[in-house]
Amino acid sequence: MKKIIVDDMLLTKDLPTTAGSKMLEGYMSLFEAEAISRLNGAGYTISGKAEVGEFAIDLICETNYKGAFVKKGKLASPVAEMLEGDAEAAVCMDVNGSVRRAAAQNSLVSIKPTYGTVSRFGTVPVACSGETVSVMAKSADNCEAVLSIIAGHDDKDGTSLSDEDCAKAKEVSPMRRIAVLGNMLKDTDLAVARKIEIFRENLAAKGIEVCEINSDVIAASSAAWNVLMCAELCNNVSRYDGVKYGYRAENFSGIDELYTNSRTEAFGELLKCAILFGSDTLSTENYMKVYDKSLRVRRVVSEAFNALFEQYDAVMMPACSSFDYSEDIEDTAVFEENYYTAPASITGLPAVVIDGVQLVGKAFSEGSLLAFAKEYEKEAK
Amino acid sequence: MKYETVIGLEVHVELATKSKIFCSCSAHSFGAEPNSHVCPACCGMPGMLPVVNKRVVDYGMKAGMMLNCHINRTTTFDKKSYYYPDLPAAYQTTQWFAPVAVNGTVEIETSGGKKSVRIKQIHMEEDAGKLVHDIREDTTHVDFNRTSVPLIEIVSQPDLSGAEEVEAYLERLKTLLRYAKVAECEMAHGTMRCDVNLSVRPEGSNVLGVRTEMKNMNSIEAIKRAIEYEVSRHIDAIENGTEVLVQETRRWDDIKGKSYAMRTKETAGDYRYFPDPNVMPIVIDDEWFDSIKATLPELPEVKKARYTGEYGLSDYDADQLTKSIAVCECFEDAYSVCGNAKDAANWMISEVMSLLNVKKMTYDMLDLNGITLGELIVLVSGGKVGRANAKKILAAIFDDPSIVPEEYAKANGFIVSNDTGLIATVVKETVAADPKSVADFKGGKEKALMALFGKCMKQLKGNCDPQVLRKILIDHINGL
Ligand SMILES: [Zn+2]
Repeated sequence: MKKIIVDDMLLTKDLPTTAGSKMLEGYMSLFEAEAISRLNGAGYTISGKAEVGEFAIDLICETNYKGAFVKKGKLASPVAEMLEGDAEAAVCMDVNGSVRRAAAQNSLVSIKPTYGTVSRFGTVPVACSGETVSVMAKSADNCEAVLSIIAGHDDKDGTSLSDEDCAKAKEVSPMRRIAVLGNMLKDTDLAVARKIEIFRENLAAKGIEVCEINSDVIAASSAAWNVLMCAELCNNVSRYDGVKYGYRAENFSGIDELYTNSRTEAFGELLKCAILFGSDTLSTENYMKVYDKSLRVRRVVSEAFNALFEQYDAVMMPACSSFDYSEDIEDTAVFEENYYTAPASITGLPAVVIDGVQLVGKAFSEGSLLAFAKEYEKEAK
Repeated sequence: MKYETVIGLEVHVELATKSKIFCSCSAHSFGAEPNSHVCPACCGMPGMLPVVNKRVVDYGMKAGMMLNCHINRTTTFDKKSYYYPDLPAAYQTTQWFAPVAVNGTVEIETSGGKKSVRIKQIHMEEDAGKLVHDIREDTTHVDFNRTSVPLIEIVSQPDLSGAEEVEAYLERLKTLLRYAKVAECEMAHGTMRCDVNLSVRPEGSNVLGVRTEMKNMNSIEAIKRAIEYEVSRHIDAIENGTEVLVQETRRWDDIKGKSYAMRTKETAGDYRYFPDPNVMPIVIDDEWFDSIKATLPELPEVKKARYTGEYGLSDYDADQLTKSIAVCECFEDAYSVCGNAKDAANWMISEVMSLLNVKKMTYDMLDLNGITLGELIVLVSGGKVGRANAKKILAAIFDDPSIVPEEYAKANGFIVSNDTGLIATVVKETVAADPKSVADFKGGKEKALMALFGKCMKQLKGNCDPQVLRKILIDHINGL
């Protein structure tokens, strides 16, 4: 039996699913994620569920209602730690880039596929317009093996693409020219900058042309993504109200207090921040100014990427500003740190993280990104 | 001073699809056990994704076409957020930015004449659940059977001027949507509900007065009473300053005959609409559009004109038949087989429709195959089955659509025998046994002949051509 790890954003029938929230402590789902059903069908068993930060919007699961996840003075990634065991790979929700950050910081490989190629059925919804079921593993081979099982059309997900489109994501074409996003090289720490430098040298040695470009549009992704993510999150977590399932406050009088007390007691600070921000962006007053504008930014970012893909096979950028977040970094730092991950989140483009560096490809290019990663790995050894 | 009333309606109509709008649960749970028609999707559990029931879009489009609307070829679903225990996901999926149909008209007729009421839009949405209050235990229970049942909301412009027009408008909506077979529109079943927006202004003024809204009205009579009450409340406020009118939502208490302002908390609030990222925009191409257009029914008044003109039916008969599309279809099918419109209409009105009344069924519930009825009519007009036996066959095919009238008639001995020898024998015996009737008839009492005729017919089990029997009977009596 091959073993697989899933993170706690994927619903499982035999194990509780908490999404890292006290609100869902002990929650048993009546059904499981489509990705898990497909893996079971292919002979995989779940060897464990990895902790996530509350609703997986945080840096790399630094903390949830159970406490802080810290290892030797730095933030630890529970998924990465579990991958030290014998599981072939981990299937995780990339809601706000935590999967890519964890892969970059722990010398792992991750693949975020094109939005719509892997069913989101049975995943705890947060930012539905951009979140993607992703795969993290010790090698690109393992990522590819697991992705090929979970990808494909699913009738139960209205945003799932056709099998024809999903098949395109398996095609491989070679990387000849790669653009480096100069904007994103300025604010990283030395270790990340050095990693990018080495990566560029390796590419050059392989005969791949690397050009540094700048795009203020792509760099603006994070601001718009924070709006869209928080708005959708605010709406999606409204269902946790203490009435039907999940945490219910002990003391309340009347329905309004039941809502307020249950949510106040069960939700963590970062989530509350996101809820309030998201709620505000959708108010009648702010909708056009903030939310609708962010939707337009999403289109403009996609167009900017598409223009780049006329000339380049992929766009290279860091996945994080540092490989070593200290344990006292603020939770809310994630709204700035997703500067590096938001471009692929907001556009739904595929992104591979290999050797601490992120490559974003055009739609349906995950086959090519993984083929490149496999080759890169081989040469590194 | 004279005043005029300005009314706009928001009418919620439950669409008659088999399943709910985003999941495969049955949409029909009237009278069912609480929470017996639910699944993780319509209970708002995390992880289920909405998959749009195409039938709902078909029906939404069809309703739009019936109301002369422009159909938006790209229509989208949006989320409307608010907290209420009967709304399990704390948002309702509805259409805010691009509703399926806009800019329509509905023609109505009242004692004041004909009028065209403008339709602002029709949007599709999901219904909420129900709260059941237990007064003894002082608790509230939630029933999600109704959540995600598909609705359309039909929003009119403020073109109505009083209770009579409101009633005519609602009746017309009901007729059109029932003819299109997209909805039941039965206020008593909650499949049609109505919000009334009302204001009053001096006659001739073109400035609208302060508008109040009364929500969830569920009978036409209550709506009429509520309008009457609100109009006099508004005029009183304007003329006598009894109160200051404010734009607000009010609850109509039909028992007390009064409207009450709802707590502002129940009405105020920002619904934070935004496009539902889990439902892709629905693109209605020409093929889809045309396939729905092709199913539009003939309007009742067009049918009526055809029935009185082409078919030569009376106004009364045409009125009766066009009360329901199900009756029309059965009649037209029966006519296509028997070829005699008057016969078919008589059978429909005096037999089929009265059978529905006896069974306490609505005309729309008629499920009789018109072709089969036509075959039965042919048997009667061809003299093969007597009228009384034909009624028995009708009762049988009414309950079992698989029955073939001729086979059933044979199997039950209902085929008319034209054995004049047998008829003569029966006549002879019957007349001999009832000398009083014979004497009465000879004494000029026509009714006495009918009594004898009935007795003979009974004896013959109805299987006899009435004309033949009548002739043999009269000849026999005259020959005595
Ligand atoms: Zn359901």
